[in-house]
Amino acid sequence: MSTKPAEAQVQGESIFQRIVSLLELDVRQLAMVGALVLIWIGFDIVTDGIFLSPRNLWNLSVQMSVVGVMATGMVLVIVARHIDLSVGSLMGFAAIIMAVLQVQVFPIGASWNWWVTLLIGLAVGALIGALHGFIIAYLEVPAFIVTLGGLLAWRGANWLTTTGRTISPLDVNFQMIGGGIDGAIGATASWVVGVIAVVLIVFANLSARQRRQKYGFNVKPWWAELLILALTAAVILYAISYLNQYYRPRTEIPRGIALPVLILLAVTVFMAALVRYTKFGRYVFAMGGNPEAARLSGVNTRRVTLQIFVIMGVLCAIAGAISSARLNAGANSLGTLKELEVIAAAVIGGTSLAGGMGTISGAILGTVLISSLASGMVLIGWSTSLQQVVQGIVLVLAVWLDVFYQKRRVD
Amino acid sequence: MAENTPLVEMRNIYKSFGGVHAVEDVTIDLFAGEVVGLVGHNGAGKSTLIKMLSGAYTADSGKIFIDGREVTINNPRDARKYGIETIYQTLALADNLDAPANIFLGRELMRSGYLLNDDAMEAASREVLDRLRLNLPSVKEKVVNLSGGQRQAVAIGRAIYFNAKILIMDEPTAALGPEETAQVGELIHQLKKEGLGIFLISHDLHDVFDLSDRVSVLKNGALVGTVHTADVTKDDVLAMIIAGKLPEVATTPKSAQA
Ligand SMILES: Nc1ncnc2c1ncn2[C@@H]1O[C@H](COP(=O)(O)OP(=O)(O)O)[C@@H](O)[C@H]1O
Ligand SMILES: [Mg+2]
Repeated sequence: MSTKPAEAQVQGESIFQRIVSLLELDVRQLAMVGALVLIWIGFDIVTDGIFLSPRNLWNLSVQMSVVGVMATGMVLVIVARHIDLSVGSLMGFAAIIMAVLQVQVFPIGASWNWWVTLLIGLAVGALIGALHGFIIAYLEVPAFIVTLGGLLAWRGANWLTTTGRTISPLDVNFQMIGGGIDGAIGATASWVVGVIAVVLIVFANLSARQRRQKYGFNVKPWWAELLILALTAAVILYAISYLNQYYRPRTEIPRGIALPVLILLAVTVFMAALVRYTKFGRYVFAMGGNPEAARLSGVNTRRVTLQIFVIMGVLCAIAGAISSARLNAGANSLGTLKELEVIAAAVIGGTSLAGGMGTISGAILGTVLISSLASGMVLIGWSTSLQQVVQGIVLVLAVWLDVFYQKRRVD
Repeated sequence: MAENTPLVEMRNIYKSFGGVHAVEDVTIDLFAGEVVGLVGHNGAGKSTLIKMLSGAYTADSGKIFIDGREVTINNPRDARKYGIETIYQTLALADNLDAPANIFLGRELMRSGYLLNDDAMEAASREVLDRLRLNLPSVKEKVVNLSGGQRQAVAIGRAIYFNAKILIMDEPTAALGPEETAQVGELIHQLKKEGLGIFLISHDLHDVFDLSDRVSVLKNGALVGTVHTADVTKDDVLAMIIAGKLPEVATTPKSAQA
């Protein structure tokens, strides 16, 4: 048993540490933002300013939405000491089911077609997630094996559904989910989204501050509170004004935020709230920290495990919808190898494979990071093989940094 | 004291794992405001026995009475319903969470139905930890960063916040230094005065003899006997633990005839 008085940390603080703790910032995430800024600037220089152009960043935001949506779920899975290797196959299977229903079963022109197929797709994702979760939680087969089986089985099921044929074209309304020509909300709506986001953030922070004051707890000094809010608002609004400089083809009409990005934002807010404010989120982390303690405290750990995989399944279906809508096709290969990107995003974002630790915001940062790497390497013209080598190295490096960081904290 | 109804009575309890008879026909009881020590070698069945009271295991056979009424305890939730709280040998805390999250784990305070009320839990935790005279630099610290004594106080805080009537402490000082052990001893005195019944488990007699009103001795899953600590010496009890025989002086066969 290591005995470590917490006061030890207070002594010998640098000014930087003091500022960080006053602002209640996460050092690890700050470091990631720093790494990201370096990568962005590096690619921008190498590509003569193409990388940071509104066009490329807009595309980057769309590309990352598929992995980002699933990475938020993978955080829960890994925090609870499980893994999900089947997410790529599952998203592909959900997508092919939606495509077949949309094109071959339901009348293609019908106005209700897109949302009915989407709902069925989400239900398929939930059911398959529930099946995985049931086998893992109640039949006690390790998640690694169950989802490795899922990786094979759902890819195979995908092929069997259409004997490998690609289903295309999809419903035009459904296509918007993918962020195609009409799949963005325009300049005005983007500003509205930005302003609403800022108002919500300000409101959430100030009301949390008020609640803490009511209990007589310490709160951040006003200047720190306002500084953070002002910086957050500035970043959000600047990002919107910047992305609004990307126009529809042959016009000067801004595209605005793409629908898949809006979906990713909604998923992120939902998942972050789930983790932070609900019993379910608390239990996921308690199970990850000490499964026995959670069980002895009366947490129904099996049910929580089942729920985690249901959520993961639904997120896979959302990703499948975005991906197939963007491709305008349900294809057999959809989602292949995505499990690696999703796990990498979560882990690079600080989710510990030992369980019990991870954040939704970290997973999103991780997604931005690996998507930026991918996008930058394409712009430079590196081959797919070389990109894979780099991505592999980055993943191992990130986990090594995590191990290193954990060790230093414990010692 | 023996005239009253016991707070807890476990009667003719059996439990085996595969071929191992971990607990065989054990009968023990506990009164309010009393500390009963449960002693015996490692593997004697102490933890298994009390886990059937705390709901971690279910008994193969036998009966449990709380306040004279027979009850069924199938899980930790059931046990808590009867005011039974347990402090486990392996500190059953989620290391990655802070003290309030641990104290309220499984019984979170909510605001507006679905949202955790972290502020209320933090405030209540501070109160409860103050009552235990535990001064944490910050209650929001993850418990992994606390000392063994502080962690034990968090575990005890969890029990007393919910007004436990029956406290089970399984080797509560096994992971602690001498000073912290003394602190836990003081806590036990205090809780006893407040009228709790406490099962105190240890494989080390010296830890429990002075704190206990009675000791029940287990050996190889069976009850050797129960004696009043006032009637016997430590050596007598040591002989019970080692030889598995009742000392001649001590004649309190506490096994229940109801
Ligand atoms: N979950 C279990 N599975 C199998 N055997 C167990 C289990 N728990 C305890 N035992 C066995 O039961 C016996 C009693 O163990 P235990 O109650 O832990 O003893 P004590 O707490 O007195 O040291 C031991 O032989 C132990 O190996
Ligand atoms: Mg034991």
